[in-house]
Amino acid sequence: MAAINNSSTDDRRPVVIADEAHVIYKVFTSGKLATGAAARAGLISKTTKLREVHAVKGVSFTIYEGESVGIIGSNGSGKSSLMRALAGLTPLDGGAIYACARPMLLGVGGALLPNISGEKNVLLGGMALGYSKKEMMGAVDAVAKFAGLEEFMDMPMRTYSSGMAARLKFAIAAHRDHDILIIDEALSVGDKQFLARSEARMRQLRDNAGTVFLVSHDMNSILETCNRVIWLEKGEIRKDGDPQEVVDAYSKYVDEISND
Amino acid sequence: MSPDSIAAYAEANGLKRIGARPSLWAYVKELYSRLDFAIALSTFTNDAANARNRLGKWWNILLPTIQAGTYGLIFGLILGDARPDNFLPFLFTGVFLFAFMSGSFYAGSSAITSNSGLVKSLSFPRALLPISSVISQFMYLLPQVAILLVTLVLVQGHIDWEWFYLIPILLLMAIFSTGLALIAARLTAQVRDLGKLVPFFTRIAFYVSGIFFSVEQVLINYPQVYAIVKWNPVYDYIELARGALVDGYTMRNDIWIAAIIWAFGTLIVGLVFFWRAEEEYGRDQ
Repeated sequence: MAAINNSSTDDRRPVVIADEAHVIYKVFTSGKLATGAAARAGLISKTTKLREVHAVKGVSFTIYEGESVGIIGSNGSGKSSLMRALAGLTPLDGGAIYACARPMLLGVGGALLPNISGEKNVLLGGMALGYSKKEMMGAVDAVAKFAGLEEFMDMPMRTYSSGMAARLKFAIAAHRDHDILIIDEALSVGDKQFLARSEARMRQLRDNAGTVFLVSHDMNSILETCNRVIWLEKGEIRKDGDPQEVVDAYSKYVDEISND
Repeated sequence: MSPDSIAAYAEANGLKRIGARPSLWAYVKELYSRLDFAIALSTFTNDAANARNRLGKWWNILLPTIQAGTYGLIFGLILGDARPDNFLPFLFTGVFLFAFMSGSFYAGSSAITSNSGLVKSLSFPRALLPISSVISQFMYLLPQVAILLVTLVLVQGHIDWEWFYLIPILLLMAIFSTGLALIAARLTAQVRDLGKLVPFFTRIAFYVSGIFFSVEQVLINYPQVYAIVKWNPVYDYIELARGALVDGYTMRNDIWIAAIIWAFGTLIVGLVFFWRAEEEYGRDQ
């Protein structure tokens, strides 16, 4: 709440507000590994169980214009869930998130449409985002060039390596300016040249008054591009503020854990 | 600060709630403006569907021809003298139109679940996915209509102005199928188990809609039953198409009315039903 209480003294314009956001997954699990009695019970008894995973537990923050926010935390701390909720891809199970524009999320995790070519994925991806077909036809070459995939654009996306797929998705999302761009570990699979190019692009987006959220485990990348960092742990905010301070606190926490 | 005052603060600064479902009207307008996405998606996926086959797109013509030939042979033999008049055109009309409707239903039911890559990566009005699967099916239907017309010329030996009625009939059928696909898409997205039942519904529809026999003839001594059965939409579209195309069959006004009501009724119900869960389709299970 601290961030919001400042609002009376703060006349910066807010661009994203999260108010007690909760994300709960209900997942069908197939029970424990079938050993001993469970295995002997046979197939019929193994109906699926519904398990709840509370991935984001009441997260609140206010992001102001001109901020680029790094999101850090251990695996499974709710970073991606929070980002997906921010982009409107995962529904909230409590609380609310407000934004000045629809945040554009760019995540890793496979192709858009695995069986069609990279070029057609660019067209479709752009059109799904609301650009016209004509506009995207004109953008295909630039997107391919940015992704460094010119020679592979006619191949089905299922044949891409995970790094290539992530590069293409980043290039689709970043080919135009967005008010709010969320980058979820998309850069971690790219190679060095691509990393440099995309960091430059992110700074450019930020300088054009856009807001960038960057989820990453690469603290250098976070310190390089962000002027605010939020540390999530087990679905809750552990620390929120100056990048160096938060990154230091997180690194200390990680060291303590690994020394145990 | 209370959630209300945060909402007010957000609104005062021009922020909108993420994931809030747009009004139905705004939703339909957005669907319309992104129709080119649905069309591109169906073209690309149709192309990709046959890309790994040597005969490629020829399968779009080969498969229905083989299918119709098989049905013609089997039902022709089984039914013997009980065959409806002008059997081949009668059967082909039934088989091809039915394949479109059942295909839309089936593809619609997996539209959300099979495009999870898109649903998880990008936010767009989700109804575009079932709509796109109906467009796909329509693209498959067109070469089949060509086969049908060639068969008609070969069997009946003449071309008829009444064939043009096929255009409004196919449009009504497509509108109906879009509604059907939307309903199926939401149901299976939320309760995966229902996807398992889709083939059974399709089979039942196949046997009760008079694909290879004349419903009217079978029920000739049960007019009350026929009065109910003739409201079966699958039967209606096929019956109208036969009236337009096949010699010895006529289009009837009561069937036209049923076909129109089913088309727009199903589309409206389907749109509203699908739209009401718009926020939920991204949920992982």
